[in-house]
Amino acid sequence: MRAINLSFQVAISFLFIFQLLGVNFVYADAKQVINIAYLSQEQKAPPALSNLDAFIKDKGIPGAELAIDDNNTTGQFTGQQFVLKKFIVPLEGNVLDTFNKELVEHYSAVVVNLPALQINILGDLPSAKQKLFFDVGTVDDALRNEQCRVNILHLLPDRAMRADALAQYMMKKRWNKWFLVIGATQEDRLFAEAIKRSAKRFGMKIVQEKNWEHTYDARRTEQSDVAVFTQVDDYDVLVVADEQGQFGEYLEYRTWNARPVIGTQGLIAAAWHRTHEQWGAVQIQNRFKEKTGRWMEEQDYAAYLAVRALGEAATRTKSNDIARLKDYILSTGFALQGYKGVPLSFRSWNGQLRQPVLLAAPRSLIVVAPIEGFLHPKTELDTLGYDQPESTCKWSQ
Amino acid sequence: MRKSVLWWCSFKPSLKYLGAGACLSLIWVANIHADTVFVTLEKDNALAVVDPGTGKLIKTVDIGQRPRGIVISPDNKYLYIAASDDNTIKIIDAETFKEVGRLPSGDDPETFALNPSGDRLYVSNEDDSLVTVINLADKKVLKQIKVGVEPEGIAVSPDNQWVVSASETTNMVHWIDVKTNAIVDNTLVDPRPRALGFTADSRQLWVTSEMAGTLMVLDVKTRQPIKTIKFDVQGVSADKIQPVGVVIDKDNKRAYVALGPTNRVAVINAQSFEVEKYLLVGQRVWNLAFSPDQKRLYTTNGTSNDMSIIDLDTQTVTKSVGVGTYPWGVAVKP
Repeated sequence: MRAINLSFQVAISFLFIFQLLGVNFVYADAKQVINIAYLSQEQKAPPALSNLDAFIKDKGIPGAELAIDDNNTTGQFTGQQFVLKKFIVPLEGNVLDTFNKELVEHYSAVVVNLPALQINILGDLPSAKQKLFFDVGTVDDALRNEQCRVNILHLLPDRAMRADALAQYMMKKRWNKWFLVIGATQEDRLFAEAIKRSAKRFGMKIVQEKNWEHTYDARRTEQSDVAVFTQVDDYDVLVVADEQGQFGEYLEYRTWNARPVIGTQGLIAAAWHRTHEQWGAVQIQNRFKEKTGRWMEEQDYAAYLAVRALGEAATRTKSNDIARLKDYILSTGFALQGYKGVPLSFRSWNGQLRQPVLLAAPRSLIVVAPIEGFLHPKTELDTLGYDQPESTCKWSQ
Repeated sequence: MRKSVLWWCSFKPSLKYLGAGACLSLIWVANIHADTVFVTLEKDNALAVVDPGTGKLIKTVDIGQRPRGIVISPDNKYLYIAASDDNTIKIIDAETFKEVGRLPSGDDPETFALNPSGDRLYVSNEDDSLVTVINLADKKVLKQIKVGVEPEGIAVSPDNQWVVSASETTNMVHWIDVKTNAIVDNTLVDPRPRALGFTADSRQLWVTSEMAGTLMVLDVKTRQPIKTIKFDVQGVSADKIQPVGVVIDKDNKRAYVALGPTNRVAVINAQSFEVEKYLLVGQRVWNLAFSPDQKRLYTTNGTSNDMSIIDLDTQTVTKSVGVGTYPWGVAVKP
């Protein structure tokens, strides 16, 4: 009797130990919660330029959601739980109000998908000082330079990085003489500025520069206007600056001379593209498409990386304290997997995510920059965009 | 021996005629004893069959859509080949190259591992974050085990205690008990773990991390890292150092690591964990396999469309053999 009792006890305690070691150890109880806010505002659908590409309302959001799922798969093994709360301000709403009323108290990590003009207004709020913002929407060089903020990280490659990527390719192809065509918007002028900077940087020549002042209607533009417009001195490649896609698509095959089109249309520079499938990219393209029924856009990719960066930092530091997470994210040990063949990290001098830039034609990935042969003492990724000595960002202020 | 005969045959043309018959028969005899190397060709939908002795591509056979992972059965009769775009693992007769069966691998199979007795196959299902356990006798799925995001590398310990699965995005290796097919422990490793290799005594697990450019040696008993090895290739920037395939010799003297786009294989002293040497092979070197006597190492070089043969006595690359487009996996038959 006694012996049975003893063995029973042993069995019970064994079970107990097994429970402790086995179950709890394997799928640790989710004790530590990492709250992440996603802040954006509804966008007005731009006038339809073409029926080919439908307007996507929620660019960015599914990327963040996918990353939360990935983080939580890791979290189930590490005892961390990642929670994403979305704050989508209506078209006529006020972003700052939403931030101050709904968000400020509970969230210190905020993924923001907002226009460039609003980012710093948000970042400069007194209540935002201890927050860490992940900008997944802007490409402005100024936000990474003289207007940089210590509490804002930028996930998308800025215009300078994109222009440098294009310039490296044009240099490699010996397309040395550029014909620069600039659209009418402020963004187009900024893109053109970035192109001019790159031309200088890589010793290329802008032989012609013209502003597009014609109509934006494809039917009227197609033959006559473009042919006449592009009768200029000889050039190797037409570089177009038309970020909204108002006329750039009409240039290809219609130029007076047979020349390739590159820039915002034709061969484009992108953080992400549907043609990209190397380095495991096909896996995330599949997962994203299955989830949303559409292709992954740049902002989706940026939001994915932002939330994954937080996940990676939380896993490695075992912390949910934003100061610790930020320290880790900006440290040299930080290496983010971004499906582009090299580890991604943030530039310590301006918070820009260091990353390869894809050069893609509509249905074919042409090359990934930095292009072989462009060297850098630290990492070739820093041949794209403002390198440390060129940066005018004063982080410390 | 064979090497010298070949040399003699090719460089003494006058004698060649005299002894042509003897010479040929010697080569033939030698070839009987040589091993055969199989390389999957991801973009050719084919399998390359190579004689490593002569360094010649014997033939290429159609094998299915996008073949990647390849393993040979312990009795050397069958090849298991993941035909990723056919969503199956094919069983191929290793003599006739005829398909003799298909396994329910789940979608897009890439990497898998066979247990030492050859009756269970463990498949990484990258898109579904699962490991599928297949019983080979009846070709049925025994169990699906939830693991981290994008499981890739998978290995069974030689003592058949552990199945270990590495998830690339979760940055973990998951320890699955062979008896229960359940996860018992997880170890956080460096970013984007790719390939796994057990030592022959099953005491250590070697894990390569592609994004960190490191290799971690885990103690199987504690399942914790005991050493992190960094690579430093002169003239190659750190972010290009991306370790992939790893194998350790049976005496646990040396380990070999494919370093992807550095186009090199690192030779590591498996006792001191020092990197002894970097051997230049083809472009984007990916997977590795020993010859049965462990005197040679075979590499698949993804973007130069060839494989390299490394002589391990002299630690030199002796040959590269053009095999086809995007060589991926490699298996060896004695």
